[in-house]
Amino acid sequence: MLLRHTTKEVKERKALTVNPAKTCQPVGAMYAALGVHGCLPHSHGSQGCCSYHRSALTRHYKEPVMAATSSFTEGSSVFGGQANLLQAIDNMFTIYEPEIVAVHSTCLSETIGDDLGQIVAKAKDDGKIPEGKHVVQASTPSYVGSHVTGYANMLEAFVKYFAFNTNEKVRQVNLLSGWVEPSDMREIKRIAEIMKVQNILLPDTSDVVDTPMTGKYEMYPKGGTTVKEIVSMGNSMSTIAMGEWCSKKAAIMLDNKCKVPFTMTDVAIGIKASDRFIQALSTAGKVSIPEAISEERGRLLDMVTDMHQYLYGKRVALWGDPDTLIPLTEFLLDLDMKPVYIVSGTPGKRFEKRMSEILCNKLPEAKVKNGPQADMFLMHQWIKEESVDLLIGNTYGKYIARDEGVPFVRMGFPIIDRVGHSYFPTVGYQGAIRILEKMLGAIMDKIDATTPEESFELVM
Amino acid sequence: MVIKKDYTNGLPDPSELKNEILAKYPRKVAKKRAKAMVVNDPEEQQEIAANIRTIPGIITQRGCTYAGCKGVVLGPTRDIINLVHGPIGCSFYAWLTRRNQTRPTEGEENFMTYAFSTDMQDENIVFGGEEKLKEAIREAFDMFKPKSIGIFSTCPVGLIGDDVHAVAREMKAELGINIFGFSCEGYRGVSQSAGHHIANNGIFKHVVGNDNRERTGKFQVNLMGEYNIGGDAFEIERIFEEIGVTLLSTYSGNSTVESFAYSHTADLNMVMCHRSINYIAEMMEEKYGIPWVKVNFIGAESTAKSLRKLADYFGDKELSAKVEEVIKREYAKVKAVADVIRPKVEGKLAMMFVGGSRAHHYQDLFNELGMKTVSAGYEFAHRDDYEGREVIPDIKIDADTRNIEDLVVEKDETHYREDLVKKKAELEKTGYTFKDYQGMMPEMKKNSLVIDDVNHWETEKLIEFYKPDVFCAGIKEKYVVQKYGVPLKQLHSYDYGGPYAAFGGAINFYKEMERMLATDIWKLVDAPWKHEPEIVGCVTADA
Repeated sequence: MLLRHTTKEVKERKALTVNPAKTCQPVGAMYAALGVHGCLPHSHGSQGCCSYHRSALTRHYKEPVMAATSSFTEGSSVFGGQANLLQAIDNMFTIYEPEIVAVHSTCLSETIGDDLGQIVAKAKDDGKIPEGKHVVQASTPSYVGSHVTGYANMLEAFVKYFAFNTNEKVRQVNLLSGWVEPSDMREIKRIAEIMKVQNILLPDTSDVVDTPMTGKYEMYPKGGTTVKEIVSMGNSMSTIAMGEWCSKKAAIMLDNKCKVPFTMTDVAIGIKASDRFIQALSTAGKVSIPEAISEERGRLLDMVTDMHQYLYGKRVALWGDPDTLIPLTEFLLDLDMKPVYIVSGTPGKRFEKRMSEILCNKLPEAKVKNGPQADMFLMHQWIKEESVDLLIGNTYGKYIARDEGVPFVRMGFPIIDRVGHSYFPTVGYQGAIRILEKMLGAIMDKIDATTPEESFELVM
Repeated sequence: MVIKKDYTNGLPDPSELKNEILAKYPRKVAKKRAKAMVVNDPEEQQEIAANIRTIPGIITQRGCTYAGCKGVVLGPTRDIINLVHGPIGCSFYAWLTRRNQTRPTEGEENFMTYAFSTDMQDENIVFGGEEKLKEAIREAFDMFKPKSIGIFSTCPVGLIGDDVHAVAREMKAELGINIFGFSCEGYRGVSQSAGHHIANNGIFKHVVGNDNRERTGKFQVNLMGEYNIGGDAFEIERIFEEIGVTLLSTYSGNSTVESFAYSHTADLNMVMCHRSINYIAEMMEEKYGIPWVKVNFIGAESTAKSLRKLADYFGDKELSAKVEEVIKREYAKVKAVADVIRPKVEGKLAMMFVGGSRAHHYQDLFNELGMKTVSAGYEFAHRDDYEGREVIPDIKIDADTRNIEDLVVEKDETHYREDLVKKKAELEKTGYTFKDYQGMMPEMKKNSLVIDDVNHWETEKLIEFYKPDVFCAGIKEKYVVQKYGVPLKQLHSYDYGGPYAAFGGAINFYKEMERMLATDIWKLVDAPWKHEPEIVGCVTADA
C-alpha cells in the first residue's frame, strides 16, 4: 500500500495538515504573470520559493517557465530586502530584457514587512527601470489563502497598474479567464470569435506555456496579453469574470478604477456553467448566439444522453480549487452522478454556500469541506469509510487511486504524470465532451479489466 | 542543420565565450561571475568561486536551505514523520517530487508518500506558531504513532522567533518518542548546501549512536550520499549482498532512522556525494574512529574501482576474490552493451550543470562511451568539490557559512574504534588513501569550461558556442534547452528513468544515451516546406 497509514477513523484535527489540497500564493502569481506578454515574473524571497514554483509549473506544462528571485540570505532577512530587489530589477532589465517585471512577495518578505510599492517606487526614482518598461507588484503572502489567491492578487495588480479609462468606449469585452489551462484560454478565444465578440482575455497563457518546437528558444514567446491590450481594458464595455476566487478582485478593480461594470460567472465547466458563460458573452457583446454554438451544445448533450447508463449514480470524490469544483460538481449532478466527497484546501465561506445550493436538492448527503485541514488525507479517509467509483483531481490522486482500485481522471493543478491538459480544453461544450470522454474512458477501462470473462462486452 | 565543431585535437579555448558572457552583465555582476568561470587546466591549481551568494535577479538553478535539509537528506528516510513548520507551499513542493525510491517490508512504517505541514496562517505569523506546532505534533502522534518526528523550519519560523528545538524537547518528553528540529529556514545559506549541513548535524546529534546494536556481519559499512534516485541504491545493495558486505545504513536512499541509530557500529563509511554528506562522515570519524573513503558507483569503471577499494580496506582474500568475480561477470555484460552503443555516440559532446557531485561523477559514464564533457559545473558545491579537499584550509569562512552550527564532537570513549584507527594508519603506509576527494577540475580536460551556479543567460551562450549533443541539468532547464533542439537529460530525477548506478545502471545509462543521441526525431523539427521555395499562388481558375 502506498498510503499504508491512512485509516477510516477520522479524528478531529486543529493544527496538522496531511496531503494538502492546495499550495501557496506565489505560484499562482507566477502563473498569472506568465499570461502577460513579455513579462518576467520575479519572486521576492528566498531562492527556494522561485525554484519550487518554476519546477511545479514546468512539470505541469513541460515547457520553459522563466522567473527570477531576490535570493534572500540571512542578512537581507534581517535588514530587509530592498537592496536585493533594487539590484534584481537592474539585473533583470539589463540581462533578460523583459517588457515587464511582475514582482510578487513571499512569506519571507511579507513577514519582515518589505513594502513592495515603496521599493518599486525607489527603483523608478533611482532610474533602474528603463524608459517604457514596467514593474508591477503584488502582495502574495503564503500564509493567507492559497495558490488561487496569489493568482487573483497578481491579476488585480496588472489591471490596477495598466488599465486606463480614456473616456473613449471601445466595443470590446474584458474576459478574465480564471486559473485554467492554455488550452482553455485558446478555447475561450475561439468561442468569443464564433460569437463575434471583440475581447481582451487576461491573462492568456496560450502561446506561452504550450509553444511549438522550432529549434529556437524564445524567452518571451508570442503569447500573453499585451500591455496595450491591458491598458485598453479600461475602455471596454464590460467585463466577464470567470471564477470568484481568481477573477473577482481584478473585475472589481476594473470597475472601481475605470468604471467598467462586470458580470461574475463560473468557469465554463459543464453544461450549465457553459450556458451561463455563453449567455453572459451574448449580453455583454450585444450579439445573438450563433447556430454553431447551439450545435456544439447539441453534440455534448447527444453524448451525454448516449452514455448516461455508465454515469448514472456513480459516486465521485473530487478535490482542487473552488472555481473549478463548483461548476464541476454542478456538471456531475447534471449527469446524474454523485459527487459525494468534495475537498478544497482553499478557504472561503462562499464555497460551502455555493456547494450547498448546488447539492441541496439532488445530493444533500455529500460531504464538502474547504479551508484548514480540508486535505486529501481526510478525503481518503472518507473513501476508506465508503468507497467511490471515480476520483477527479490533480496527480496526487494516483496514490489513492492505486491503493483503492478506483478509476481516476486528472483535472486541476498540478498534472505532472500525464499530458494533454495543455492542448485539450475542459471549458465550454467541447471541453465538457473531453471531461466526459476522460470519465467514461476511466470507468469503462475498469469494467473491461474487472468484468467476468462471460460478460465481457465488445460493444459498450 | 547545426554545424558541429571538430574537437578531435582538443577543446577550443573558451576565453572569448567567457568574455562575451560577461559583457552582458552590469559591472559588479561581471566581476563576481568572472570568478565563477574557470577555463580549466588540469595541470594547474586553479581557484573557482563557489558556495557564494547568488546575485539577486539572476535566473539561477539553485534552491534553498530547506530543500537541502528536508528534500534531499531527510526526504528519502521512510520511518519518520517529517513535519514542515510553515505555510503550506514548502511542504507541498517537497511532497514526492524527488523520486527517492524506498522498499519497506510488509507492515513497516513508510511516511514518504505523505506531506505533513502546520499550514501556518497569518495569526500564527503574528502571534507565534509554537502552540500550533505542538498541537500538530500531538495530532500526528495520535494518528500515526511514529517512532520519530522531525520538524523542519521554513522562512517565517526563524523570523517570528518560534523555537522549534524547545518545542521538540518538550514534545519528546511528553510523548516519549524521538523528536528533533532543524533550523533550516530557506534563507539560512546561499543554496541547498547549507541545508545538507544542517541535516547532517541534526541526524548526528539526535539519532546516530542511539542503538548500540551487536554486529550482524563480518564486514559492516555505511554508504553515504546515495539517495536512491530511480533505484540507484537498490543496484548497489544487490552487489553488497552478493559479495557479503553488510550495508548497515545508507544516508539516505532507502533508509530508516532505525538504521541511522546503529550506523556508528560500521567499520567503514563510503562517501558517494561528498558535498551533501561529508560532515557526518567526518563527525563519525572524530567520535567513533570510523574512517571514510570516497567512492563512486556511477560508471562501470568507477564501480569496479570502488569495490576494489572496499575489498582492499578489509584485506580479506575471500572478499577480494568475490569482488573480482562480480566485476568480471558484470563487466562482460557492460562491455557487450557498450560495444554496440559506443560507436553510435563516440565523440559526441556533453555538458552538465547539476548538484554537488553528479556533474563530476557522470563524466565517468560519458567517458566510457567515448563522449567529451566540454563544460560542467555544480549548482551548490564548494571549492573542495571542484579543486579537491586539500583546499579546505584555504576556504574563507564567510558570514553565510558561519550561520551554520559547527558541532563540537568529542570522542566516545566506550565505542571509539581504536582498531580501525590502527588499521587506517597501517593502510596509509601502503599507499591506501582515505578522505581522498580530488574534485572535478583535475579530471576535466584542458580548456573545458567550469562554471559554478550557472544561470540562464550563461546556459544560452554555452549552447550557442558548443552546440552540445546532450545537456544535463534539472527540470527547470529541461525544456529551455530542448527548445534549442538539444536533448536534455535530467540528472536530478533521471527523467523518471534509471537506475544509473553500478553495473546495471551503467547499462541503463548507455541505452538512454543511445535513445537520446541516435534518434532521428530532432530532424523532424523543421517542416519540409521550410527548405523549399514557396509556391506562388494564382487566383484564376485555369492556373
